Amino acid sequence: MQKKRLVMVGNGMAGCRTLEELLRIAPEMYDITVFGAEPHPNYNRILLSPVLAGEMTVQDIILNDWDWYRDNQITLHAGRKVVKIDRIARKVIADDGTEAEYDRLLLATGSNPFILPVPGKDLPGVIAYRDIADTDAMIEAAATRRHAVVIGAGLLGLEAANGLALRGMDVTIVHLGAWIMERQLDKPSADMLQASLEKKGLAFLLEKQTESLIAGADGRVSAVRFKSGETIPADLVVMAAGIRPNTDLAEKAGLYCNRGLVVNDTLQTYDPKIYAVGECVSHRGIAYGLVAPLFEQAKVCANHLAQYGIGTYKGSVTSTKLKVTGIDVFSAGNFTGGPGCDDIVLHDPSGGVYKRLVLEGDRLVGACLYGDTADGSWYFQLIKDGQDIHAVRDHLMFGQNHLGDVGHKGQTQAASMPDTAEVCGCNGVCKGTIVKAIKEKGLFSLDDVRKHTKASSSCGSCTGLVEQILASCVGGAYQPANSTSKPMCGCTDRNHGDVRTAIRERHFIDIPTVMRELQWTTPNGCASCRPALNYYLTSTWPHEAKDDPQSRFINERAHANIQKDGTYSVVPRMWGGLTTPGELRAIADAAEKYKVPTVKVTGGQRIDLLGVKKDDLPAMWADFAQAGMVSGHAYGKSLRTVKTCVGAEHCRFGTQLSMSMGVKLEKMLFGMYSPHKVKLAVSGCPRNCAEAGIKDVGVIGVESGYEIYVAGNGGIKTEVAQYFCKVSSDEEVMEYAGAFLQLYREEGWYLERTVHYIERVGLDHVKGKVVEDAENRKALYDRLLFALQDYKDPWLERAEADRKSELGREFRTIAIREAMKA
Amino acid sequence: MTTSDWAQICALEDIPHLGSRVVRAASGDIALFRNEGRVFAVHDKCPHKGGPLSQGIMHGDTVTCPLHSWKIQLDTGAAIAPDVGCTRRFDVKVENGQVLLKA
Ligand code: SRM
Ligand SMILES: Cc1cc2nc3c(=O)[nH]c(=O)nc-3n(C[C@H](O)[C@H](O)[C@H](O)COP(=O)(O)OP(=O)(O)OC[C@H]3O[C@@H](n4cnc5c(N)ncnc54)[C@H](O)[C@@H]3O)c2cc1C
Ligand code: SF4
Ligand code: FES
Repeated sequence: MQKKRLVMVGNGMAGCRTLEELLRIAPEMYDITVFGAEPHPNYNRILLSPVLAGEMTVQDIILNDWDWYRDNQITLHAGRKVVKIDRIARKVIADDGTEAEYDRLLLATGSNPFILPVPGKDLPGVIAYRDIADTDAMIEAAATRRHAVVIGAGLLGLEAANGLALRGMDVTIVHLGAWIMERQLDKPSADMLQASLEKKGLAFLLEKQTESLIAGADGRVSAVRFKSGETIPADLVVMAAGIRPNTDLAEKAGLYCNRGLVVNDTLQTYDPKIYAVGECVSHRGIAYGLVAPLFEQAKVCANHLAQYGIGTYKGSVTSTKLKVTGIDVFSAGNFTGGPGCDDIVLHDPSGGVYKRLVLEGDRLVGACLYGDTADGSWYFQLIKDGQDIHAVRDHLMFGQNHLGDVGHKGQTQAASMPDTAEVCGCNGVCKGTIVKAIKEKGLFSLDDVRKHTKASSSCGSCTGLVEQILASCVGGAYQPANSTSKPMCGCTDRNHGDVRTAIRERHFIDIPTVMRELQWTTPNGCASCRPALNYYLTSTWPHEAKDDPQSRFINERAHANIQKDGTYSVVPRMWGGLTTPGELRAIADAAEKYKVPTVKVTGGQRIDLLGVKKDDLPAMWADFAQAGMVSGHAYGKSLRTVKTCVGAEHCRFGTQLSMSMGVKLEKMLFGMYSPHKVKLAVSGCPRNCAEAGIKDVGVIGVESGYEIYVAGNGGIKTEVAQYFCKVSSDEEVMEYAGAFLQLYREEGWYLERTVHYIERVGLDHVKGKVVEDAENRKALYDRLLFALQDYKDPWLERAEADRKSELGREFRTIAIREAMKA
Repeated sequence: MTTSDWAQICALEDIPHLGSRVVRAASGDIALFRNEGRVFAVHDKCPHKGGPLSQGIMHGDTVTCPLHSWKIQLDTGAAIAPDVGCTRRFDVKVENGQVLLKA
């Protein structure tokens, strides 16, 4: 089949990101031709500021080098500007006469700096700040000249001024507004910022209107005159007074423009063959000037160019960060407030800290931070997700670390960390390594950093810190993933919620159907989505969807826990932490018979045999079955343990029979698979020796019955369980706990522990469905019991299975015998 | 090498689709993988820290190592970027429903 032809005009950040996304999902679909007016391959425009400041070189900021175009068979016309689009003949024509025909055209022409229409604007020495050529001109001027005037004290102007000052120029910043960066900061924070920039040697002239630029004897600019009559010397004038979407080409071609090339939610212009992304675009009346929203556009646009047709772009909330080393400024959303809004403000002028949070009802809608921006990405996430912050309002100002957390999440602040400090404890990654990868490889997202450095890719507890580092390196370009609509993995654009709903509503019962119907982009998915799909299918359609062992992580396939040396560990169940001499004997015998190197008491009140060879597992399980012991599922996203204390059976303080209650719960839930592992505990009295306060379900005996707590977690980040309800009988404990766990099984996303599930849906939602709605509770409980019905111990099943059967052969290796040589 | 170096290992059906079997060879364990009618063979040791690749999840022509999730390209044995490393691959073919390995 003849490939379609895609032509892109504008070789900048938004356009190239679209191509990257497109090549990822539909690499064979198009013959691609790119026109770029600049004589460079695609580079990271936002890092021009560090280049100007002398912190990086142009070479460091190339995102896609020449080889990238060649390797992906993209024809690149660098240094050629497209001057005409012929929509009838469907071709574009460049200034040197080069033509290219298209089936689809992608316009990504960015924007033009706004040049004040004042006399003298065309003099030599007057420039804008947009590209490598401008940056080179500034560096050159700084080497030979003295006075620089920057017009405009926005993000760009300040970064330009800072860079020129670092290169030794005397810099004056001229601004029309009453305070600097008025589009990102309120007056108090702007004043603090101005003061610290003045300390760095920058001079400011506010509320000054430029009247003209005056030429010197050599014909170059030599001074700036204001309406007020004053004149100041200027050997270099940088116009940083804003940008205008670059729509010249599109307008000439008759495409509808209105302060930007107008596109719909699929990034299509009024001509269905022509798409557009980036700063040149006007989407729902907004033209964005930061890369994060442009990258979101790129993703959606690529999806439609690939004819997948899923995903729409609905606009973005943006955040900004000033990239001036040593100064921390952050702002996002509506930071000025207004009627119906509340402000929470912290202002410490001598300490150099200012924070303003703007709330509308129970939602955070804006934030403006100066001095301490460590929580910027957290606030931004809250704003983007529109999360209900009612419960944390009191602590909001003090940041994420104050939410009663004893884990090590972001305890040290990114900016003040030395390069040698370890960020990711799991993979041993230091801050310096992360910063280096971000800069050298041009990374923008958490996922990119995970892939390239492994930081935050294991337990995830350092995620906050890695996000802070990202934000401090790439500024406003860092867009935290929208936690509620993130795609499941790289194989699909759909999120967990969408996939679950589709499985339920369309009654899918196997993985290939889901992948086909929901347009997976990979043939067999990957190691992240397959286990999730397998769980969603088997939990939504119990006894109907068939379990797919090849889509389970090895631990769940082998029913034992893989060790670093490839051996396995075996943990038999000890119901409620209780055991018998007979069971202990069986464990001792097995340990000797199979030469188990380590026998250990676990943190879950039972015994672990570590270092068992895979081939020995079925025989060992057969021995355990003889002693009446079954799998402890210490390996599964499933019921793990129900810890108990001695309780009223023996303890002088005990109010309830906690051991017996625990055993009942564990027997009921035996074999229950869930989005993540589930742990319970039952204590006989509020002294709580079974540590029920940090379990997914914690039960605490009191004189009149039991208190039930949910969504505790004792792992990566300790979270105290929340009070759920009070009941009076054992049967009620089973029903309420069972119904809660079933709701989590039905609504939780794969690998989401109960605490994260409840963080997402809210405790009220869960209480409403379980505690307050008796009928629904019963229905949930019934569905749980139905799913668990006829569950067979997986160890026994495998011990009994024939070696050649599917279950048995998992544990058999094949020997190469001479005789079999063909 | 002569054709007599091909050893008959098992029937194609003995390896689960998107799954693996381990062949115990003198030179060390070899992991056999299958995706429909295609079979791959690599040394059962991850280039990262020696994890048993046979125990990973297979997709397309790659496997994700069970220990730290490196992805290994099965037809070449090479780790997928940004990871760097390579494990040994072996010639393998399917004839008359039988899997033959050159080891
Ligand atoms: C064996 C045991 C440690 C011990 O020697 O005591 C253990 C061992 C492992 N834990 Fe654990 N955990 C063990 C009790 C705990 C506990 C304490 C408890 O259960 O009361 C916790 C904190 C409580 C909790 O989960 O809320 C715990 C929190 C974790 C976490 C963090 C979970 C989280 O959501 O924050 C992980 C990582 C994960 O699951 O993703 C983990 C993962 C692991 C794994 C399975 C890592 C892995 O995937 O290979 C370890 C297997 C080691 C091995 O080589 O076999 N283990 N782990 C304990 C087994 C208990 C049992 O009898 O089943
Ligand atoms: C100094 C500086 C610092 C910045 N800092 C940040 C920051 O910290 N955070 C942030 O989010 N954003 C920042 N930005 C903004 C960010 O760089 C832009 O939002 C982004 O580059 C826009 O991407 P784009 O693809 O739409 O346009 P561009 O990257 O400008 O690409 C458009 C390209 O199209 C070419 N072109 C135009 N017309 C034609 C034609 N007719 N034919 C051929 N080629 C054509 C242009 O030459 C240009 O190369 C900064 C910008 C600058 C200049
Ligand atoms: S047993 Fe748990 S805490 Fe110990 S090393 Fe393994 S995962 Fe970490
Ligand atoms: S041993 Fe394979 S990824 Fe670490």
